[in-house]
Amino acid sequence: MPTAAPEVAVAATERRWRRLAAVLLVLAAPVTATVLPDERVDILYHSYEGGGTTIDGPSVLVRKNLGSSVSVSGKYYVDAISGASLDVRAAGVTTDVESGASVYSEKRTEYNLGIDYLHDRTLLSAGWARSSENDYEARSWSLGVSQTFFGDLSTLALNVSFGDDVITRNDDPDFDAREMQRRRYGLTFTQVLTPRLIAALSVETALDEGFINNPYRSVRYCADLECSQFNYQSEVYPGTRNSDAFGLRAIYYLPYRAALRGEYRYFEDNWGVSAHNGELRYTHPFDPGWLVEVKYRQYRQSGANFFQDLFPYRDAQNYMARDKEMGPFSSHTVGLGTSYQLPQGFVPGFSRSSVNLYWDYILFDYDDFRDVTAEGYAVGEEPLYSFSANVIRLYLSFWF
Amino acid sequence: MKTLKCLALMLMLTLASGCALQPWVQPYERAHLADPIMSFDRDPVASSFLHHVYDARESARGADGSAGGGCGCN
Repeated sequence: MPTAAPEVAVAATERRWRRLAAVLLVLAAPVTATVLPDERVDILYHSYEGGGTTIDGPSVLVRKNLGSSVSVSGKYYVDAISGASLDVRAAGVTTDVESGASVYSEKRTEYNLGIDYLHDRTLLSAGWARSSENDYEARSWSLGVSQTFFGDLSTLALNVSFGDDVITRNDDPDFDAREMQRRRYGLTFTQVLTPRLIAALSVETALDEGFINNPYRSVRYCADLECSQFNYQSEVYPGTRNSDAFGLRAIYYLPYRAALRGEYRYFEDNWGVSAHNGELRYTHPFDPGWLVEVKYRQYRQSGANFFQDLFPYRDAQNYMARDKEMGPFSSHTVGLGTSYQLPQGFVPGFSRSSVNLYWDYILFDYDDFRDVTAEGYAVGEEPLYSFSANVIRLYLSFWF
Repeated sequence: MKTLKCLALMLMLTLASGCALQPWVQPYERAHLADPIMSFDRDPVASSFLHHVYDARESARGADGSAGGGCGCN
């Protein structure tokens, strides 16, 4: 833990001012100084509903210190998935050949373990994660180092993560398991700019290699010369994907007790996708113990070079995609949330606790992805697809 | 050559001024920064779920404080 700067004691000649400075120093310690993360327990119920898909489930995060230098954490997370995206449904993927169950209903379970070690102004972190579905197995490892310097005004953090995935299909026993390797390298520089403003600049490179596409997804192509009908064939993606992302975030403390947060990110990859997203968030606490948050986020991306809604004939290209997430689209998100800090001692064994409810409404508009389920339209002239989603986060947080 | 010399001089001046650079926000001026509303990631369990939603529905990834994992997003 950093200690009080001696200049403060020298500057503060009056006793009252010294007391105030001491209080401020204690408050200020976690701002940018390297410290262990909060000891806390979070119990979350999450829900995503939109576009024919419902995903919900619980998540529990527990983080506790071991002595004054080590923090350990464990996280359990479940996605209970029912339904599938429009393109998967329209392509007629329906049944697990072994169980007879709908492939639209499945469960993903994720376990995370983490450890952090603090030495002076350096924080070393390591993490392990495993995600299991009946058709997708993913394992990840991560390492990180964070260093605070320049009077605790600057922090530089480096992170790397490695992942190995195994992909199968529920509805095709002849589908050989495929593999994918994921690598990520990230760097974040955080700087206190003024007594009211903090900014962070992030750069992250990601590399994927192996079977990258979703095995359930198909592209559609014209079945005859006049294109009066269409058929489906499997997507074919390149075996590697490299991407770079640059993010800039800042939080400003307003003249009254409230915060304004802005965020911008630029992304591009070697498949021809580039994306911009920006977010503005306003956080306002109210006594006693309430906090309200409002946000707006906009996202826009261009499509991959090998994306088309309708290919002219079968095997028209060596690489083909019709996954709508690979096509050009934009989305708008409006979010509203509130937290309530329960009275101290309300939950025995914890210094403080809170109840939190956040709702996000997302509207997706696709520029080159058509709704093939719309009737009465010629092939390739169906209306462009759009849908909305509601995202709920309801959680309890407890601090030791 | 003249341009190079000018650039070298500017670089030296910048470095020299950098040596004199001192932290400009004193510890006793950081009360607002220490307020929990000024945290980039106030509730990690909730923000990591939202990053997961974005990762599943968008091509962009990275530089947002999230970690990768299985998707579950057919």
